[in-house]
Amino acid sequence: MTADQLIAPARPTLRERYDTYMSRHAALMPTFAAIAILILLLIGAQFAFGNFIAPRNLSALLLNNAYLIILAVGLTFVILTGGIDLSVGSVMAFTGILCAKLLADGLPAIVAVPIMLLGGAAIGLLIGVLVQYFDVQPFIASLAGLFLARGLAFVVSLSSIKVEDPAVLWLQRTRFTVGDWYLTPTGILALLVVAVGVYVTQWTRFGRTIYAIGGNEQSARLMGLPVARTKVLAYVLCGLCSGLAGLVLTAYSGAGYPLNGVGTELDAIAAVVIGGTLLTGGSGYVLGSLVGVLVYGVIKTIIAFEGADPSWTRIIIGALLLLFVVVQRVIVARSERRR
Amino acid sequence: MKKLLTHRLVWPIAALITLIVINTIARPQFISVTVRDGQLYGPLIDILRNSAPLMLVALGMTIVIATRGIDLSVGAIMAVSGAVALTVIDASGSPGSLGTVFVALLVALLVSLVLGSWNGLLVSVLGIQPIIATLVLMLAGRGIALLITDGFITTVTSAPYKFIATGYLIGLPFALFISAAAVAVIAVIERRTALGMLTEAVGINPAASRLAGVRARGIIFGAYAASGLLAGMAGILYSSNIMAADANATGQYIELYAILAVVLGGTSLMGGKFTIAGTVVGVFTIQTLESTILFLGVPSAQAPVFFAVVVIVVVLVQSPRLHAFVRGLFARRRSSSDAAPPPPTAPKPTDAPQTPAPAEVAS
Repeated sequence: MTADQLIAPARPTLRERYDTYMSRHAALMPTFAAIAILILLLIGAQFAFGNFIAPRNLSALLLNNAYLIILAVGLTFVILTGGIDLSVGSVMAFTGILCAKLLADGLPAIVAVPIMLLGGAAIGLLIGVLVQYFDVQPFIASLAGLFLARGLAFVVSLSSIKVEDPAVLWLQRTRFTVGDWYLTPTGILALLVVAVGVYVTQWTRFGRTIYAIGGNEQSARLMGLPVARTKVLAYVLCGLCSGLAGLVLTAYSGAGYPLNGVGTELDAIAAVVIGGTLLTGGSGYVLGSLVGVLVYGVIKTIIAFEGADPSWTRIIIGALLLLFVVVQRVIVARSERRR
Repeated sequence: MKKLLTHRLVWPIAALITLIVINTIARPQFISVTVRDGQLYGPLIDILRNSAPLMLVALGMTIVIATRGIDLSVGAIMAVSGAVALTVIDASGSPGSLGTVFVALLVALLVSLVLGSWNGLLVSVLGIQPIIATLVLMLAGRGIALLITDGFITTVTSAPYKFIATGYLIGLPFALFISAAAVAVIAVIERRTALGMLTEAVGINPAASRLAGVRARGIIFGAYAASGLLAGMAGILYSSNIMAADANATGQYIELYAILAVVLGGTSLMGGKFTIAGTVVGVFTIQTLESTILFLGVPSAQAPVFFAVVVIVVVLVQSPRLHAFVRGLFARRRSSSDAAPPPPTAPKPTDAPQTPAPAEVAS
């Protein structure tokens, strides 16, 4: 109890009303902050370069980061439950090279793609089962998943495999254009994943259970919610998304490569956190993760426009991540004090 | 005998010995040590020498994990430290002189100490989750290292610097002395003073230990600072071995291997209890396993599959649930009718730190 808290209830001021608003919508604040940063970045870049907010550039922004969007959506499910999945980048590399290998061996895309998606989901299932049924920390379980997927990627092939399959290449080469805007099937896939993610988290029983688990797992269990099933399913969905990201990346780069996505798990975590999802779970939005990826992509594009050293991307993302974590920390501390 | 079997180093040491025995059966020259020009050579010596960077990092990780934290930034700190040291040597007029190397080491260690303290500040003062606080530096650190080396792989030639990783002293690799000294210093500080106990107290319950008068903040801060410094030393060893500062490859995944070493050694990730001897055994186990995998003709890129299997087996063996399940099986077999099976979550005494008390989780 601090002094100003003792006095505050006595006089309902503007400050009070602001605090009430903040406490009711605290979960939205980090996402709003991310949107504000995105807009500021876009406006700043527009002023600096003149042609930044061009349809062509913004379309490219979406398409270049399609795989990261899909990863971030999958990861959002897991982080909302209060867990973490470090394996997403490696799983993406594994399913990507698996797909390229299967296609090179003459399998049709209609068989190869479900196999790679299943491969991603299987690794997610393994992590989920370790976390839920063997009380392994999510960090360690997904670490095992990371090692497994990265190693398996190299087991499939030690070098990159070119993709010749027309169906997979179609995903990237087809362009639907409206004026100067364009969209490829990979971009549509990413947006579809976001839409499904938003629907599942906001309007389904499964989604509400995820939030409940992240808020307080014990309470969720006592309420009779299917905690075990939901948590495992969150990891499976994350693995499935990583598998799909592998397909998108393979289509995007036209080849499978076992070293793809080293460190991408961290980019994805950063995007989710910058998008306003609390790493303690229970608070955040799938749409926020999309914003987080776009912030990441804009920073990357600005640095490319500027001609600066690409290593600045990682430093700035690190700094932004820190900023958001501190903001989150303040929000959590405030809401805890209020209780 | 029973006491010996329940000692917590039994399983880690058993695993290491099993590995060495399998290796020796597969190729008898594995345990052979030859003397050439008064210097010892052999696969075991190589394992000892190559394990030095991982040993340093794992030592720091052990202390951090004892405070119930985790340090993901060690690989990045290694990259920065190596980049700083080699850049200093590269920029100086006489890369071969002892003075230059000394200055380079000093600057590199200072920088890594600062980076470690930065982590400590975020965790202990700002109260940010350790995973995230160190994730920031893990992301940004390699960027910083790339900036220091201008995005190139800086290569230098400096005999005294090369000596650090590849030199020999009284017949043994010099790197071995560094890691042995680090183990000794950490063991003395943590085990011969009250610091180790205080660290464990902080790891078990930071709030309670603070109320009991333990300077929890200072201890957590110190743990990260030490981890940073040790990672800096590892970075120097690594860069000295290849005589190049490669910001991307230095310490790649070493944080994961270090965590694995700590867990293999029997330290619980829940914090509160740690064993330095266990970590040493864990590091040797990983290094032996790596050498085994290479010997089997597996491309080193595929090695992570084996490590994944090891991680999964180790965490399953540690899992209280599995223990309860196995005990339940035995109890049922022994007396199927009269005795009720033990409660599913009842932990063995040795597993106590691995099962968090509900009160701690809720706080």
